[in-house]
Amino acid sequence: MAKLNTEHDSHKLGMHTEQLSGRTQQVFFSPSAEDNFVYHDSIEVDFKKTAEIDAGPMDISDVNVKIRDLMKRGVGTITVKNPSAKHSLGVGILNRLNLNFEGSLGYFGCGLCDGPNIRISGRVGWSCAENMMSGTIVVEKNAGSTFGAAMRGGDLVCKGDVGSRTGIDQKGGTIIVGGNAGAFNGFMMQRGRIIILGNAGKNLGDSMYDGTIFVGGKIEDLGVDAVEGEITPTEEKWLENKLALYGMSAPNGVKNLTKIVAGKQLWNYDNLEPSEKKLVL
Amino acid sequence: MCGIAGLIHRGKSADIGSQMTSMLQALKHRGPDSTGFALYGDGGKDYVMRFKVAEQEDLATGFDIHDTIKERKQTVDARLKEMKVKVKDEEQVTEYAHRYTLSFGGDLKRMIDFIEDIEGVEILSIGHALELIKDLGDATVVSDQYSLSGFKGTHAIGHTRMATESDVDIRSAHPYWAYPFNDVSVVHNGQLTNYWTNRRDLERRGHRFMSDCDSELIAVYIAHRIDQGDDLEDAMRRSVDELDGVFTYLVATADSLGMAKDVMAAKPMVLYESDDLIALASEEVSIRSIFPHEIDTFDPYEGEVRVWQS
Repeated sequence: MAKLNTEHDSHKLGMHTEQLSGRTQQVFFSPSAEDNFVYHDSIEVDFKKTAEIDAGPMDISDVNVKIRDLMKRGVGTITVKNPSAKHSLGVGILNRLNLNFEGSLGYFGCGLCDGPNIRISGRVGWSCAENMMSGTIVVEKNAGSTFGAAMRGGDLVCKGDVGSRTGIDQKGGTIIVGGNAGAFNGFMMQRGRIIILGNAGKNLGDSMYDGTIFVGGKIEDLGVDAVEGEITPTEEKWLENKLALYGMSAPNGVKNLTKIVAGKQLWNYDNLEPSEKKLVL
Repeated sequence: MCGIAGLIHRGKSADIGSQMTSMLQALKHRGPDSTGFALYGDGGKDYVMRFKVAEQEDLATGFDIHDTIKERKQTVDARLKEMKVKVKDEEQVTEYAHRYTLSFGGDLKRMIDFIEDIEGVEILSIGHALELIKDLGDATVVSDQYSLSGFKGTHAIGHTRMATESDVDIRSAHPYWAYPFNDVSVVHNGQLTNYWTNRRDLERRGHRFMSDCDSELIAVYIAHRIDQGDDLEDAMRRSVDELDGVFTYLVATADSLGMAKDVMAAKPMVLYESDDLIALASEEVSIRSIFPHEIDTFDPYEGEVRVWQS
């Protein structure tokens, strides 16, 4: 059983300074806990052992089964050629793995992943990295809508443009968008960070509970209860370092990013029972 | 769920029958109930009319259906003759589906209404370039049945249907022809929530509906707006404001292809654009079915309207 801590080294970096309230739980895993981050059935892989899969003539499930078979044989670096925008490739990988897709993925690519480092040289369709828990996913071109929906942890990077509802219901981790983003990004996000280096569409951060959104370009408009905040020095340092990890930078410097947070004025932030509301409303 | 697809070649013709079949077959999982094609040929002076005299499912009902189908077809021929329509060529594609090449210089709407007044008869399309084909089954089944492979033209739209709010029949299948405007057709993915309000309004203004499918409203709406003097792009922009619900739809005319997406961007659309070809579909896998190599695609944003010329 994992040991849970309410204190974490990242607090010192200012990464958990949000005033969590409402239904959000202020509990974090401790990296020092012995049995964290390792599944009982996880596989030891050697990153120097490489293999290739030609997904062109294969069914989706056969590609995913082949990835698991290679991992079981200790292969730590797998390249999938000709993914041809097929759906649901690279899903449910709960293991350390370097996985490279040479081409584009369809819908629901790389969902439910916990641990792998994935690079996609093309584009991804809707719902890439849904429920991602840890690891990194880097998309070199554009992404569809609901990019990183309900994401829990890790880094999810799109170097091009993304569609709508990026980071909807996000519960942790970092989403980075190199280009522009559509509407409703960060809708109902609960924790984590979204960095959009280009423009953001309407209703940004609508009904967000917590978390932070940084935007480098224009914001069409803010959603309900999303408000502008001030970037702290710690956040500036974090932003520079995080973007540098992926060879990216804010067009006008991280100081000129606009920070958006939850205003926390919605009904769910008070502690009144529905019956008690009647006494004061 | 439904899947929609469209493609337009700029300045040249191609085998759009085979291309659209491939694109729609790749979307079969989004809707296996029926498949429809609106194919735009190179056009000519004559009209091409596609019509049906029964539903596919009617063939299994009653002992007299085959005689009834013949009688309906004879009535169509008689009424065309009465309207002084010259039938230059006719082709019986299935027992219930026909393709006529016509020469006619009179009131097109009156002729259409006169033909559709026959019980069980529906004109699927009429135009100089448009040929609208729809039937039950996946894209390959319908394409083979109607011999669409090798159909040369500049652009096309298509639809794979998962029936939700109306029956599984040809009447409720897409595309819809924007009656009475020849060469205008529509395919749609989504649900319209102010369907009945708009339908009653358009019916009061004299427009006719052949089905209870909400997607037909878009075709009739576009027809109405064009009738009021809007050009295609204006009509589509207005529709984004006036139609409620979640939708992405494609419209084609004799020389153009347009797409519109609702303000919630709740229905998908992937777009590939090059100098000589534009291809759009609910999923990239559909576009990739006609491109063997890697391509760059993107999602149009919420409320976006685009129109391309062939």
